[in-house]
Amino acid sequence: MPSQIVSLVVNGEPREFIARPGVTLLAVLREALGLTAAKRGCAQGSCGTCTVLVDDRPAPACLIAVETVADCSVRTLEGVAVGGNLDEVQSSFVDNFATQCGFCTAGMIMVAEALLDRDPDPSEEDVAEAISGNVCRCTGYRPIMIAILDAARRRRGESVEGIEGTAPARPAEEAVSR
Amino acid sequence: MAKLRGRGYASVNYPTGMNLGGDPSQALIHSTTTGTFVITLSSVDLGQGIKTIAAQCAAETLGLPIENVLVDTADTDTGPHCMGTFASRGTHRVGNAVIMAAAEARGVMLEVAAEELEVDAADLETDGTGLIKLKGSDEKSIHITDLALAAHFKHGRTISGRGIFLKEPSTPVPETGEMDPDSCQAHACTAAFVEVDDETGVVEVLELYNVYEIGRALNPAMATQQVEGGAWMGLSHALFETTEPYYPRRDHGPRDFAEYLMPGPADIPVQHSLFLERPAGNGPYGAKGIGEMTANAPIPAIANAVFDACGVRLTAMPFTPERVLRGLDALRGNA
Amino acid sequence: MTYRLAPIDKSPFAAEREDDFTVIGSVVQRSDARGHVTGRTEFFEDVAPPGLLHLKMHRSARHHARIRGVDLTEALAVPGVVRILTHADIPNNLYTPLKLIGVEPDDEPILAVDKVRYLGEPICAVVAESEAAALEGAARVRVDYEDLPAVFDVEEALAEGAPLVNEYHGRNFFTYEGHHCRRIRFGDVEKAFGQADHVFEWRYESAPIEQAPTETTGCVVIPQADGRLRIHSDTQACFFTLDNTALILGVPFNKLRIVGGTVGGGFGGKVDVIVEPVACVAAMMTDRPVKFVYNRYEEMQVSSPRAAERIYIKDAVMNDGRIIGRKVTLYVDSGAYARHTPYGTTKAAAHMPGPYSIPNVWADCHCVFTNRTPSSAMRGFGVTIGDFALESQMDRVARALSMDPLQLRLLNAYRDGDLKAHRKVAEGTALVEVVQKAAEMVGHELPEAYRRMSSTTREGL
Repeated sequence: MPSQIVSLVVNGEPREFIARPGVTLLAVLREALGLTAAKRGCAQGSCGTCTVLVDDRPAPACLIAVETVADCSVRTLEGVAVGGNLDEVQSSFVDNFATQCGFCTAGMIMVAEALLDRDPDPSEEDVAEAISGNVCRCTGYRPIMIAILDAARRRRGESVEGIEGTAPARPAEEAVSR
Repeated sequence: MAKLRGRGYASVNYPTGMNLGGDPSQALIHSTTTGTFVITLSSVDLGQGIKTIAAQCAAETLGLPIENVLVDTADTDTGPHCMGTFASRGTHRVGNAVIMAAAEARGVMLEVAAEELEVDAADLETDGTGLIKLKGSDEKSIHITDLALAAHFKHGRTISGRGIFLKEPSTPVPETGEMDPDSCQAHACTAAFVEVDDETGVVEVLELYNVYEIGRALNPAMATQQVEGGAWMGLSHALFETTEPYYPRRDHGPRDFAEYLMPGPADIPVQHSLFLERPAGNGPYGAKGIGEMTANAPIPAIANAVFDACGVRLTAMPFTPERVLRGLDALRGNA
Repeated sequence: MTYRLAPIDKSPFAAEREDDFTVIGSVVQRSDARGHVTGRTEFFEDVAPPGLLHLKMHRSARHHARIRGVDLTEALAVPGVVRILTHADIPNNLYTPLKLIGVEPDDEPILAVDKVRYLGEPICAVVAESEAAALEGAARVRVDYEDLPAVFDVEEALAEGAPLVNEYHGRNFFTYEGHHCRRIRFGDVEKAFGQADHVFEWRYESAPIEQAPTETTGCVVIPQADGRLRIHSDTQACFFTLDNTALILGVPFNKLRIVGGTVGGGFGGKVDVIVEPVACVAAMMTDRPVKFVYNRYEEMQVSSPRAAERIYIKDAVMNDGRIIGRKVTLYVDSGAYARHTPYGTTKAAAHMPGPYSIPNVWADCHCVFTNRTPSSAMRGFGVTIGDFALESQMDRVARALSMDPLQLRLLNAYRDGDLKAHRKVAEGTALVEVVQKAAEMVGHELPEAYRRMSSTTREGL
């Protein structure tokens, strides 16, 4: 099969490139377009570090043959901060110490963007479910969940002052009683 | 069929620095002409935050705002030697090297300020906002930007410093094992609360209480990251992880995250953490290393909680449902 | 504040704490956070030099076998394959731990010569224009094996007549200055067993654990205008990598430059210097940039894991809970090669008998070779599995005596001034205080005498 010209709308900009058959969306983003925020953690769809939004839905870019998403809209982490200003999810990740090594961060934030776009007031369970395909080896997940819940509050315009973000998954008394 | 709850404890210590020592790290620091201090290292940040910690140590020692500090790492052409980021050594070794370098630079900074202000260097202090001033006086002061410019263009001085930390290597006595393995020891106690499903053998960790004595929490938010992220890893080791599930048999090894199991965001316990600080005499502002130890105490605490819940003593990691069920069967005489 | 901050309880050791700081002890934002949330943090694989070649390894399909022959014909015929490296191409074909400061052994080839000793051992490196071509080439290498008996269990490996894993060592264990294990000898443990009211002996074990950083191990090597090599790497130790790579390449140290420092998690898995030397050889032979990065399978099954351990602990215990003797026999599964496991085993010995003052201690810590992936450093190296055994043991002893498990720990906890089993005097101890605080947090009541105990006094003992 010959290479073909594929077009995508990447972070709002129409882009065209020559793609070998079967080349992944991740390879196109990282190598052809120089968008390296999405990472290759496993190249087999099991870690979530390459997550981008395809037509507003989270997708593992490492598993997608780019010709199968021709003409789709693709959003990457590079497209999130407008004019260098961090959005609510990004600033919440910073403020809540939700990053350590940073390798899973791009995927986590893209999943959070998709979640908050469809549900401005997610529950803790909704957040856990949304990021359940994304591996983080550093944080233990809770700081990331707190950051996403806090981002939702920020996006809803609620004050971020005094939010401790420590809401336990279940009441402590219940858990300790035997 | 019941869900059985139990509580277990573990208390541990952990050594700071490469075992037996002999693991130096260096730091260089210099001021730009406008008073930004650049720390040059070859140290690696794996996510634990050594760049931030190095900047904090330098800012504290210099007496300047942290905004005046930049960290340049890790390039072997420009950065001086660092043994590496392992053995809970980064904060301790690099922190000490940075403090030594910054102290030397501060000495030069105060000497030049003394000349500029025509006072004795010993009578000068820094206020943490960028001013170097005569103790007890608001009149006689100079800002670090003006001072750095003057040092460079007027006095021909370089405001700089060199630092190294080395714990001399110890050699064990082969017969007895006598040795000096560590620089200091951090301490922890974990209490784990679990629920065991006696039908499926699944162990759920409900809550983890972690108390850590770490010398000094140089950055309490980042110390919290280590404790809570490490506790998750300990839980994961305890219940899920291995590359050889039927060790010593070599087969059935997981190849990816679909097969190598770890607790996901819906499986995490509530964590309650507390720090104590007993500063180490040889630590940077008293700090001990805690990067590694945070995964350790949760594992036996969970094992002990499982026993408390259901009477099964787990002696092989990980504590899979299969092992729990086999233990329950043995208790019921069905083995 | 929106982050979850663990509080600091300043009451214990208040007299030893200074509090006169402006930056230390305060919550400073992480300097790398902005880069992480914008995707601008540069990791090694984000470097994309033009003309990049890709390296993939052909690995052993056997646990233990003699190599009768390697046939590269089909692999070299794959379109895009540029070169295939074998052991003959590696100037000094010996992995080395820390030779510059005298840490050996040199017991492991970079690329296998005439034998393979574990499943997945690298045999030859295929360098190609694309990753797909490199993978295809690696799959088409043909190796003719003569199978040898393999051993996988640490105690079986030490038994008479076990297959020899690694000829360099001559036996299936690492030799510590003439001893077959790292020893601790402190007091007289046998006498303690004779005097004890109770003797308890139990066994513990673990299986290998993967560091599993989200970023796999790898490097990009780029030949420079001045003839040097710039190595973008996710190593945990830049100079360690530089020095060992130069030794393997047989080039002056200043021919190499490592650029790194921003790593997607390590947890000990990126300490061994494995990918850089062979990638550098490939870059030198082709005079082009070369990338060698582990795939997830290699990271899981081939890169060195946390060692499996087997630990026997035998305690001499008095009716009041005092432990007067502890005998530890510990086996660390090093796999087929030493890597840093002899170091980790010494660290395990230094850690015994845990954070307790026990007057009679005997420990034999064995670093054992088997036909599996070499183990090496991981978070808590030499200690994590030991702590599982020690703290399970403490719980069992407490239950056997019908004693409160925290009181048992407080009674035996080491204090300032105690002589440890490795004969260093303890200072800066705080085990008593962390146990007391944990009890307080969970509402576990301790008697007054135990609440008054302290690491700095001998009160209550």
